[in-house]
Amino acid sequence: MTALVRSWQAYRAISGAWVRAAMAYRASFVALALGQVLTSGPDFIAIVLMFASIDTLGGFGLGEIALLYGLTGLGLGIADLVAGSTEQLGRRVRDGSLDTMLVQPVPALVQVAADQFALRRIGRISQATVVLGWALLHVDIDWNLTRVALLVTTIGSGAVIYLSIYVLGAAFQFVAGDAAEVQNAFTYGGVTLTQYPLTIYPVEVVRAVTFLLPLAFVNWYPALHLLGRDDPLGLPGWVQAASPLAALALAAVAGVAWRGGVRRYRSTGS
Amino acid sequence: MGPWRSEKSARRGAARDLRSRGRCGFRRYATYRLATAAGVFTNSVFGCIICFTYLALWQERPDIGGWDAQDAVTFVWIGQSLLMTVALFGGGFSDELADRIRTGDIAVDLGRPVDLQGWRYAEDLGRSAFHLLGRGVAPTLVGALLFSLAWPANPLTWLAFLGSVALAVTVSFAIRYLIGLGAFWVLDVRGFVVVIGFVQLFCSGMVLPLVVFPAGLETALRLLPFAALIQVPAEVLLEKSTGWGLLAALGSQLGWAVVLLGAGRALTRHATRRLVVQGG
Repeated sequence: MTALVRSWQAYRAISGAWVRAAMAYRASFVALALGQVLTSGPDFIAIVLMFASIDTLGGFGLGEIALLYGLTGLGLGIADLVAGSTEQLGRRVRDGSLDTMLVQPVPALVQVAADQFALRRIGRISQATVVLGWALLHVDIDWNLTRVALLVTTIGSGAVIYLSIYVLGAAFQFVAGDAAEVQNAFTYGGVTLTQYPLTIYPVEVVRAVTFLLPLAFVNWYPALHLLGRDDPLGLPGWVQAASPLAALALAAVAGVAWRGGVRRYRSTGS
Repeated sequence: MGPWRSEKSARRGAARDLRSRGRCGFRRYATYRLATAAGVFTNSVFGCIICFTYLALWQERPDIGGWDAQDAVTFVWIGQSLLMTVALFGGGFSDELADRIRTGDIAVDLGRPVDLQGWRYAEDLGRSAFHLLGRGVAPTLVGALLFSLAWPANPLTWLAFLGSVALAVTVSFAIRYLIGLGAFWVLDVRGFVVVIGFVQLFCSGMVLPLVVFPAGLETALRLLPFAALIQVPAEVLLEKSTGWGLLAALGSQLGWAVVLLGAGRALTRHATRRLVVQGG
């Protein structure tokens, strides 16, 4: 337990220093955060433009798609804020700066995630939150305590699933440092895929994001329950509440991959 | 480059310099093979996802914008191929240019016996040629394997498409050159880069083909230079622009290239006339 507390304290100390640094140039910070809102916005505007000429896409209305969009966007937004810096791992391996982290009494993963912490990434979180809020006002959900709990755990599980993908991506960079872009296919690609109802994809794709890389648990299965929709795969009902399990399983895999990466890490010597 | 060289041989030398600069631009990006493979993978994944969303859209409205579903799916792969070629997210030389202006290294560039804009253009053409071959062809093959694409009926269309892509790269270069020059006036051009990146994503047709936009908006967006980046070359390959329409399409791209390159030249002259490089 003390190790966890110490990790958290280290994360706070490092990220706090970066936040203070960013706040030294407040106007620049505001501009960059607004820039993040802009860069995460086009997808949703595209969906709204599509709905200028259609009423449903894959059997889902605009409000329902906004719910999917908001949940997955928020999950990625939180993960990106917490651990987006891990994308830099390939560079750290190349320039040798990972070495200094490995000799500190704090887990290297915590340092890699906290270093260059960019508070401007709340831009994406705010954009997703606004869309999610709008969606909740426009869809018909029969609210009760379980559904509220489901919504909250879904956001948390989504963040953990995307966090695990960031860590998996970082672990992959131990093997192939130049191939950092592959990760985008799973993070931003995952968001693009899950912001639409999975009914528009072939069933093989739906199976893959259910059993292989559990992206469907970021929003799809819980949203089916919230909206009272049938599951096109016909999986048992408890699957719609299984997002935390999927998140934990992926996190465990990511943890093993990261340890494996650190173990086989060989310094560049520079 | 001594004074004893004749005017003619100096010009020939400059042309050789530009050619070699172009080759450097190509090789600079070609070096990173693993990164290219990673990029091809990512482009292919995104291409597939977007294809399914367009197929769903065209299933609801099979004739939206006068295109059929096959046109739409083909458009996706053209877009993925051109994304890096026309550097839609910015980057390439313009970050470097802005950086050199900020640090004062630009004085060295201005002292070179080649024109600053021409030199950067040659380099960017090399880069775009690599991105078209390295990042464009492979994802399109993946797309052709998984989806049924609308290939041009007339083989000459390929030639017109290549011309249109070259003009698209030129317009994109001219825009990024202007952004880079912005560093003469503001310290940090990242704000410009983000805003232009957003505008380009939308107005080029990358996020959604312009034919899907509401009619008034589509007409307005076609008047902007950004349509020249993706929408216009795609319509050339899809044979939506043929005959006089093809000439008009290429002409609009050429017009924007001339205007924006001209603006870049004028601005370079204006900026360098009163350039003061801090010593130290």
